[in-house]
Order: sequence, then C-alpha cells, then structure tokens
Amino acid sequence: MRLKMLGALGVILLAAACSNTDRPDTSATGRAAPGSIQEFQQVVGDRVFFDLDSSQLRPDGRDTLTKQAAWLKQYTNYAITVEGHADERGTREYNLALGARRAQTVASFLAAQGVPATRMKTISYGKERPEVVGSDEGAWSRNRRGVTTLQ
Amino acid sequence: MSPRTTLRTIIAAMLALLIALPASAELRLRITPGANPPPMPIAIADFVGDPAGAQIAQVIAADLERSGLFRIIDKGAFIEKIVDPNRAPRFGDWRQINADALVVGSANMTADGRLQVAFRLWDVAAGTQAAGLSYFTQPQHWRRVAHIIADQIFKTITGEEGFFDTRVVYVAESGPGNARVKRLAIMDQDGANNRFLTDGRSLVLTPRFSPTLQEIVYMSYQGGAPRVYIMNVDSARQELLGNFPGMTFAPRFSPDGNRVVMSLERDGNSDIYVMDVRSRSIARLTDHPAIDTSPSFSPEGDKIVFNSDRGGSQQIYVMGSGGGEPNRISFGTGRYTTPVWSPRGDYIAFTKQDGGSFSIGVMRPDGSGERVLATSYLDEGPTWAPNGRYLMFFRQAPNARGQAGAVRLFMVDITGQNLRPVPTAGDASDPAWSPLIPQ
Repeated sequence: MRLKMLGALGVILLAAACSNTDRPDTSATGRAAPGSIQEFQQVVGDRVFFDLDSSQLRPDGRDTLTKQAAWLKQYTNYAITVEGHADERGTREYNLALGARRAQTVASFLAAQGVPATRMKTISYGKERPEVVGSDEGAWSRNRRGVTTLQ
Repeated sequence: MSPRTTLRTIIAAMLALLIALPASAELRLRITPGANPPPMPIAIADFVGDPAGAQIAQVIAADLERSGLFRIIDKGAFIEKIVDPNRAPRFGDWRQINADALVVGSANMTADGRLQVAFRLWDVAAGTQAAGLSYFTQPQHWRRVAHIIADQIFKTITGEEGFFDTRVVYVAESGPGNARVKRLAIMDQDGANNRFLTDGRSLVLTPRFSPTLQEIVYMSYQGGAPRVYIMNVDSARQELLGNFPGMTFAPRFSPDGNRVVMSLERDGNSDIYVMDVRSRSIARLTDHPAIDTSPSFSPEGDKIVFNSDRGGSQQIYVMGSGGGEPNRISFGTGRYTTPVWSPRGDYIAFTKQDGGSFSIGVMRPDGSGERVLATSYLDEGPTWAPNGRYLMFFRQAPNARGQAGAVRLFMVDITGQNLRPVPTAGDASDPAWSPLIPQ
C-alpha cells in the first residue's frame, strides 16, 4: 500500500518536473535525486513515531528530525506541513488534540534546529488517517506519527 | 417539505373519551434508572381505513419494541378484529391473550387531501381508555405521526417523555480505512428518511444538534484546515464559526442554543473556549498546557464537564460555565473521555478506555454511581436521547483479518439493558440525537 502510494506520488511529480526544474525528481536509474521530495521521504525519512499517548520525541525521532532540519535548510524551496497522527486506541476528539501536540513537537524541534517557523504549518488528523490499517500494536505504532510533508 | 413546515402541519386534537378515566390510571409501567421491569404486553391493531393504517401500526409497534419496555403481541393471536376503533373493544378477548394494553386507530384521507390519523390506547385490565388523540397532516408525513403516537403511548404508560419523534445526525463512512470518506447525514431515529448533508469531499467529524433542531455544529477539514462549522440542516447552508489560526474542534451547543463550547488549539495546546453564536464573541474557559477537550454543558447551563489529561491521564472534570478551577470527578480505573451531560441532568455519559477495550458508561455529576453500559473493542461517543433514558454511540470491532471492521451505531438504555444496533445503510459513526421535535 505504502509502495503504491509512493509510486502514485512519483508519477505526479514526474509530470510536475517537466514544467518545474527547481524540483528535481527520481532519476532514470530510480535513485532519488538530491533535493527531491523522494530523497526527503526515502533517504532522510519524512516521519517520526511516538509512544502510546505520548508526544515526547524518542531518540530515533530526534535523529530523523536532525537530518530533516539539515536537509530543509539546504533545500529552501519547499513549504512544510507537519501532520500529527494518532492510533485508533483513543477517542476522536482527544486524538485530534494529541495529533496537534505531536505535530507541534516536530515543528518546534525543526524550528530549534534552524528551520524558519514561517515555512512550517501544522495539522492534526487525529486517528482519521492511519498509515497502516490494522488492530494490533504493529499497526498502532506505525500510526502514532508525525509526518513532515513538502509542498 | 422542511421539518419546520412539518411542525405547523401536524395538528393534534383530543378524542372524546369513550369510557371515563379512573381517578388513578392503572396502566403504568414504573421505570427507574436501575433496572427495567418485565416488558408490558401490548396489542397494536392495524389502523382501519387507508392502507397507510397498517404501516402506521407497524411503525408504532417497532418504536415501542425498540424501547425494551414493551412486548408486542403477535397479530396472529388476536381474537377480536377491530372494525370500528371508536367503539370500546371486547376487553375479555384481549385479556385472554394477556394484553395489558391495546392500541387501535384509524387513518383516513380527508376531502382536502390531508391524512387524519386517530388512535385510542386502552387499559385492558381496567377496561378504560388511557389516551386518545387525532392528528391531521400531509399524507407524506405518516411516519412522523406514527412516532408522535408512539411517544404519546410511551408517556401515558411510563410517565416519562418518549424519544421516537426525533432525528439523528451522524457521519456516514465509506472507503478504505486509510482514506475514509466521511459525509454528514441525518435520519429519523429509526433509520428512515436518511439524507446526506455533505458530499464527502471534505473530512467531517463530530456533528451535534442545536436544541433549536434546525442547526448542527460540527468539524470539517474543508479548505485543508480543520475547523468548526455551523449548518442549517434544512437549507444545508454552512458557515465557519470563527476564524482562528489553530484547529477548532469538539464543538457542542449550550442548552439554549445561543453559545457553542469547543476546543481551540494554538501551538499544539488545546484549551476550551465558548463562543456566542450571534455576536461571535469568544471567551477562554481553560488555560492549561494539558489537553482540554470534549466540553459539554449541564442542562441548566451553569456547569461544563470536559476531558483533560492535566492530572497525567485522561479524566473527567467539571467547572463553572465561566471557567475557574475544575474538579476531577472520574476516579475509577482506566482513562475517561467524551463526557456528555444528560438532558435530564442526573447523569454524565462517557467513553472509558480500560485494558484492551472501550466502554460506554454513566456516572452521577459528582462522579458517584459509575456504571458501564456497553463494552467492546471500540465503543465511543455517547449521545443522549432527549428523555435522558437512552444512549446512542458507535461501535467498531476488528474484522476477521484483524483490521478495523464495520463501524455501526448502537443504542442502549441507562440500565445497560436493551443493547441493539441502529439501522444505517452503511458504516456510521459520531451519532448525535436531536431533541424531541416540537409539534
């Protein structure tokens, strides 16, 4: 499912690349071009994960965000939206608030690393947009996430 | 035909008593919040006259059966065939099939194209008429008249208001779990007359009824920003409720319908605010780094119950409607969320997460008398019937592959008995019960 989504994204970006040389795209060899959204997603890592009912960054998350910040400071041509998500084991309204808190945690970390706050927006999806549909910890742990998306 | 017009077109009149009421009515089911009495056996004869009469009897029977307080006697057991509903029935025939109550009636088209529906409720044991009313309406509103009659019967026998002439606004769901399409929809309490209010292009969540019935307040991701909107359900016209830099969510009307209490998120932190619907002036009620959300007014409008994790885990707190220091009222095991004050004021319903399951429960406004009414993998989002005796919520169980399965509406009464699904065409969540529709 995830591969499929990335595939679809690739097609859209390929089309976009024809008219926008500022946004490098996957090269013919299939490797993400430097400065491309694919590179950000696949090489840098566009998401961090959270523990149950927590919006504290874990060490692996801090590493990912440190890399994100360095990349975003190098490629300044993207606007950034940080999405906060929760797993399905919470009520809808609380999870909207929790997602907002997670998105803010990510955005604050990136800002502290020198990414201008003016480039960043946050949005919470609560439990409305799981990455993995499933009712076990394997799915939940993938869904408790903050995703840095580029426009 | 808009419901507002409907209100004006249903005209009720008392029917002349055939046999005078005794000083104290005997046809009485004593109901308490603790446990239900055995269901009262009731016979409902097809209404004579227009073919709609049989359907009307069917809707009345389904309503009363759904309450859990009545047992509908099979029509095949009837001895007397009701030919003239304006004559006293042969009570012996009805006692013989153990009917405590008998409903008879008629449906007739009038010369000016209106439908006249009349019913009589008979106390079989006493041999007296307990209620009798006649209604005029447009023929297409026959279901509504049936619900009104069912409410009248419920009230006569239990002494409490019914819940049958009500509607439910909810979120109709379709599509895969990671890209759900959600549409606002509205239907009668029994699932009939379903109608969509939004087209599914924007994610919509948590609709709630105004006490004035014509309006709902809800959250939508329209334009890419999650914010609270207000909609007139007759015209489907919607309006953004205040324009704030952060997310607005978890809206709920005040009992007078003039204010909306909701959460406003700023820089990741959610606090509770109240907005005057007309002037759009806003006041902050909580100011805390914790998550404060899911606010709900008491029926008198003097208090607000809400959900906060300020103590470390999600619990239920009560504060004055102007804010101030809140008191925690939930102290059981697990996490407590989505508190909703009963329209009768005596209970607060909530969602509780404990171990691997979610429950719907009630507690007194001081936190005492906690009682769990329903439990499953996911039971969430209680909403009260206007009589404060029934609750609707949504339930989702994992499917055979361990993935999130069908999500459906359920109802349960305050005793925890009478758990049953509420029919919807497809997946459904976030139900909100309307007040009784004024006649």
